[in-house]
Amino acid sequence: MKRWSMRLEPIANPTLGRRLMPPATALVATVTIASLLAMTAGANPFSVLGLILKGAFGSKFAILETLNRATPLIFTGLAVAVAFRAKFWNIGAEAQLYAGALVTVVFGTGLLPWPSIAILPVIMILAILAGAFLLLIPALLKTRFGVDEVVTTLLFNFIFLLFISMLLEGPLKDPMGMGWPKSARVLAEVRLPRIVEGLRLHWGFGIAIISAFVIWIIQTRSTLGYEMRAVGLNKEAAAFAGIPVNKVLVKTALLSGGLAALAGFSEVAGLKGSLTLDLSPGFGYTGIIVAMLALLNPLGVVIAALFVAGIFVGADSMSRAADVPTYLADIMLATALLLMVLAIMLTRFRVVRD
Amino acid sequence: MEKKPVEALRLNEITKRFGELIANDAVSFSVSQGEVVALLGENGAGKTTLMNILFGQYTADSGTVSVFGQTLPPGNSRAALEAGVGMVHQHFTLADNLTVQENITLGVNPLFSASLGKAAARARIVELSERFQLSVLPEARVANLSVGERQRVEILKALYRDVRVLILDEPTAVLTPQETDDLFATLRQATANGLSIIFISHKLHEVMEIADRVVVLRHGKLTGGARTKDTDKHALAAMMMGTETTPPDIATTSPGKTLIYLQNVTTPDIGNAPGLKSVSLALRSAQIIGLAGVSGNGQTAMAELIAGMRIPSEGRIILRGETVAAWSPRTAVQSGIARIPEDRHKTGTISDFDLTENAILERYTSSTFSRNGWLNWRAARGFADEIIEKYDVRCPGADTTIRLLSGGNMQKLILGRVLEADPQIILANQPVRGLDIGAVNYVHGQLLAARDRGAAVLLISEDLDEIMALSDVIHVIADGRLSPGFERGSMSPAELGIWMAGQGFDEAVVHAT
Repeated sequence: MKRWSMRLEPIANPTLGRRLMPPATALVATVTIASLLAMTAGANPFSVLGLILKGAFGSKFAILETLNRATPLIFTGLAVAVAFRAKFWNIGAEAQLYAGALVTVVFGTGLLPWPSIAILPVIMILAILAGAFLLLIPALLKTRFGVDEVVTTLLFNFIFLLFISMLLEGPLKDPMGMGWPKSARVLAEVRLPRIVEGLRLHWGFGIAIISAFVIWIIQTRSTLGYEMRAVGLNKEAAAFAGIPVNKVLVKTALLSGGLAALAGFSEVAGLKGSLTLDLSPGFGYTGIIVAMLALLNPLGVVIAALFVAGIFVGADSMSRAADVPTYLADIMLATALLLMVLAIMLTRFRVVRD
Repeated sequence: MEKKPVEALRLNEITKRFGELIANDAVSFSVSQGEVVALLGENGAGKTTLMNILFGQYTADSGTVSVFGQTLPPGNSRAALEAGVGMVHQHFTLADNLTVQENITLGVNPLFSASLGKAAARARIVELSERFQLSVLPEARVANLSVGERQRVEILKALYRDVRVLILDEPTAVLTPQETDDLFATLRQATANGLSIIFISHKLHEVMEIADRVVVLRHGKLTGGARTKDTDKHALAAMMMGTETTPPDIATTSPGKTLIYLQNVTTPDIGNAPGLKSVSLALRSAQIIGLAGVSGNGQTAMAELIAGMRIPSEGRIILRGETVAAWSPRTAVQSGIARIPEDRHKTGTISDFDLTENAILERYTSSTFSRNGWLNWRAARGFADEIIEKYDVRCPGADTTIRLLSGGNMQKLILGRVLEADPQIILANQPVRGLDIGAVNYVHGQLLAARDRGAAVLLISEDLDEIMALSDVIHVIADGRLSPGFERGSMSPAELGIWMAGQGFDEAVVHAT
């Protein structure tokens, strides 16, 4: 019997080619797998891919749609990227997103009768605080009692969504909503203006891009960013050097929760106008994929969010034109993520055969 | 008259590159049956790479390995195992939650089979452990074993697999002198039974004691070889370093005022290791205090206390005459304490940070390196460059990930980091563990220079030679208790040994100076 096995050998100094090849191959492989699936659905893979591309980036309308879809993903992707960098596993961006949305409708439907210029920043800050507060609880449970934040943040998603559901059936229910569980619409002053008049793209996208830059600068230039990276890489050495590990984790959580909440604020104030239970089709969870694809780099999050949003928007439009289900988008994302994780490993290790 | 020995192992022109770095450059040597060959070399000389190639963990770029005349397929550790090559790593690869027998048979016998083969396996282990004087109980759980016993299990594991060539990577680094003697007895027994051994070590006197022959690696190249009976320690050191090295001269100084005083300090136990028990100790300017003792007798508690990682549960820390109220790593650093931690990989540095980021780890909040929460990377980079230059840290540049540096260079960066702050108090916990002679002399020289500048140094080491060579005053720690201070030269190693065994404490009421 011939025995053979394979093993990973670390590469001391990977070359540029070594760093770029595997991710590029992963992208090609993702497209290939999607094509094969399109073929099994009885469609011409080239036309399916063409339709996805066209649906995502083929027209002014398509591009704006993609940018709009990318907006919440940039926020949740940043939230996850910031937390994961410090090895704080925030799986609860979904709940924090709804916390931001909740605050937006609570304060935006008449409670604060101010002009746009005053009310928008105030509500934005309140939304950030709400998301930050929501993640503060798991953060304190972790730093005080050692409770695993994966469990608490994940479970908070369900608790908080049910809480929203309760509110939408009760105190927040729109009296004019014909019985649907939705909140009243926010005031016109609370709507985020469009970036360019006449183009359907709101300032939420602008805030998202600015946030990505701010986070990037924080991570590379500030002492907090340095602390967060140190804690993420080696908690023991960080503590020995005098970095207040628990404080850093709490600050990380506040930042992460605030970013995720901005997604909710931006969706309500920029796009939907009211709060419903389907405000987010899992933006909080997709944010994890976005952050991973971006290798937790804040600027990479923008690109990854555009990629993911493009696949979703493109697949929607493709399924209307060809007879292939939109689930293709989910499969493409999943394969892209799996292959990318593998590809990233291959940039640092080479496979050696025994 | 000499009979021709059988060649057990031959390395032929082994070359291995990692990018720009040539880790092994056409290295060739052989080992005869029943021979102990010591492989000497500085950190980063390529010893570990060479052994990993021999054991099939790395694939050589060129060259071959043959065992008893048979060439091994490259990069195949299973083939190496089957040919009879075994390796005991510096860091043990044992499963703590399994018994000795389970660890030994793991991978050879199925773990969960019926008890059928187990009796036979046990008999074989007992037979081996008697024949090679490796006393260890097959039923003992590895988690409960001492470091020395674990090493015996590792060696038994290799013997159980019928190894004919055994590689030992720094086997004595973790052992007490007594345990080292036991190990050597075992190795002599093993070679008498025809086993060939490659012994990797930094410690020249051990090499001289156990090896028949020495081969020396420097910068990846084989620079020398000699029979131990035809050479001496100085010649070996010269081959290893390229130049003759001399240990630092030690002038006596008169100690100055007390900088830090521990007053009846008690700390909680740390797992199985005792905490401090009502310890009083004064660290004085221009004095090196050596803390001797067997591993796990309260050294960790002492180190963590001074480093700010731990606060006294009873007693006080008095810093320059004032009782310390808040005590943390950061306050320790800010109080002018330089801390050289025991484990430079896990606590001293962040492996994936580059040299710059590691250089400012303790002081990134100081006004030199940051303002209002924003880092001044230019200053940080300048600081790192300065350390690299001044402390001779060998690396491609300050933006190198520190993981890629050898232990000695990593330690030099840590030294630079703490000494550049011009500290008045220095805590050096096992500062030269695992370093080669060149680096050892360098570190010791730096500590002595700091003392001569007026710093108070607390040297914690399990190496009694190091303690006796450097310390002006020696205290022994045993089970968390501290002996009185002994002036340089007032005690013999044997007398200190009595205190280390915990005996002196019962005979006198002790008030440490």
